[in-house]
Amino acid sequence: MTNTSTVRKTDLIFGRSLDTLTLLRNAMQRDKDGLIQELIDSGLRGRGGAGFPTGLKWKFAKGAPGNEKYIICNADEGEPGTFKDRVILEKAADKVFAGMGLCGWLTGATKGFIYLRNEYIWMRNHILAQMNDMNEAFRQMKLDFSIGLKMGSGAYVCGEETALIESMESKRGEPRNKPPFPAIAGYEDKPTVVNNVETWVYALLISYIGADVFAAYGTEQSTGSKLFSVSGDTPKPGVYELEMGMKLSDFVAEFGDGDTKAVQVGGASGFCVPRRKFDQVIIGFEGIPTGGSMMLFNSHRSMYHVLHNFLEFFMEESCGQCTPCRVGCQQLLLGIEAVKSKTKPAQYLDTLMEFTETMRLASKCGLGQSVGNAFNSIVNEFYEEMIY
Amino acid sequence: MEKTVLEEIIYRQGAQRDRLLPILQDVVEQQNFLTEGDMLHIANLLQMSAAEVYGTASFYSFLPLNRKGKYMIRLCKSIIAKMKGSDQVLAAITDQLGIKPGETTADGVFSLELVNDIGWSDREPAMLINDKVFTDLDPVKVTHILTNYLKQASTQAFVTNLSTN
Ligand SMILES: Cc1cc2nc3c(=O)[nH]c(=O)nc-3n(C[C@H](O)[C@H](O)[C@H](O)COP(=O)(O)O)c2cc1C
Ligand code: SF4
Repeated sequence: MTNTSTVRKTDLIFGRSLDTLTLLRNAMQRDKDGLIQELIDSGLRGRGGAGFPTGLKWKFAKGAPGNEKYIICNADEGEPGTFKDRVILEKAADKVFAGMGLCGWLTGATKGFIYLRNEYIWMRNHILAQMNDMNEAFRQMKLDFSIGLKMGSGAYVCGEETALIESMESKRGEPRNKPPFPAIAGYEDKPTVVNNVETWVYALLISYIGADVFAAYGTEQSTGSKLFSVSGDTPKPGVYELEMGMKLSDFVAEFGDGDTKAVQVGGASGFCVPRRKFDQVIIGFEGIPTGGSMMLFNSHRSMYHVLHNFLEFFMEESCGQCTPCRVGCQQLLLGIEAVKSKTKPAQYLDTLMEFTETMRLASKCGLGQSVGNAFNSIVNEFYEEMIY
Repeated sequence: MEKTVLEEIIYRQGAQRDRLLPILQDVVEQQNFLTEGDMLHIANLLQMSAAEVYGTASFYSFLPLNRKGKYMIRLCKSIIAKMKGSDQVLAAITDQLGIKPGETTADGVFSLELVNDIGWSDREPAMLINDKVFTDLDPVKVTHILTNYLKQASTQAFVTNLSTN
């Protein structure tokens, strides 16, 4: 059998050839500015979705004045269809914590937190045990840094970094205005580095393998590899570490069930790609980026149901702070129901699509801004399914 | 919640404004919901307004403000869950316990809720019961799981009866 798939699998995150504490000790032998430059050169961008260059973020935090700074691991993982952070925390939490320790050493922060979604409370004891072990290791290597645990309480928007910080401060998890960005004024208004679970591990690994080895994977704009959460109509759902910058058609050849009609790239806040565009789409920052969620739908699925489900999700999870988002999510949902039941004409869908542009411009955070991604791509590509 | 138990939680967490969320989480971990009395007492001891405590709690879906059962069932309703048969699992739960989403059994043992993605799209249908997770559900499997909880609940009720008589 010939394998025509060009999806390239890697094994950096879960590979166990390198001892975690050795990685950390090694990194701490290096020059701090040189190490941050290495991270910048690696091209590593945040794995939580927004894709901010990690090295730059750390550089800002290092340069920020004062000695009270915070390091936060964003383990809120609420995007529909993603579960890769869950698997990292189950199998490689030590690398996450070591990455945070490394950032503490680099930036001068002495306190870190992991913000764990309440839906993952079943792994709390495991996390606490791993965390305590790592805190003990920090003490033994005379690194003035320790990590604490904060639990979420069931709110998707708390994955947004400023809402997460509000929640950590025991407030309603409502996003703040940016700027100031957390790297300047975050937790308790102090400089704060917030990174996704996966980003911490890659940063630690890059300190050892080097920028060149990392950047040899992937493409120019999307260096390295990342974890993908593969679900839906696939014979092999699960978490896979794949090189960035693959073609969606290659992905579907590897993971599809032979009848893939559409792939939702990046969860409910991402984009829907129909079959005829699979070979035009690159998964990465030059094409469609994803925090990892890849949901496959075959020809038996109604894309109306998919969109309806996403809109219900957004309506429930909108924090309600800004009117375009609060009212918009509701009106989009009511709108597609009205078109489906023929109480509104099909053209109303176009009015709704225009409205998502207002939401994109006038919403305060990424939730309201990105509702239009799924909405417009699904409505445009599956227009008839919305009506009949 | 009994005032002494609540005060014990507050004492352990620290009676400060910035400990509010961990305190509320601890209360909910013990009794699965918050009462008005709990929130008033917390407001008093943390020296903040009751409205602020209520305003914070009401933001979070895992901090219920009305009475819930001893076991909180949270069944995932994501699109992937639906594709993998969560509606049939829901029907089995409703058949067995006689409650629909948002309801609590008359004996106060179970509450049922539908929730957004709980991070198991690779193994849906999935649900949480308090701090445990169950995946790869089907109607038979979920019935079996709930039967075990029912047994556990009736054993506990029996033991409690023995010790109070
Ligand atoms: C509504 C919303 C939800 C988000 N949820 C998460 C999340 O669960 N995990 C995460 O790492 N980032 C999430 N983000 C992105 C964070 O705001 C932030 O960009 C990220 O944690 C930074 O880490 P990174 O640069 O390593 O990706 C979310 C953003 C928005 C707007
Ligand atoms: S865009 Fe939506 S979720 Fe974000 S702050 Fe505004 S109302 Fe809240």
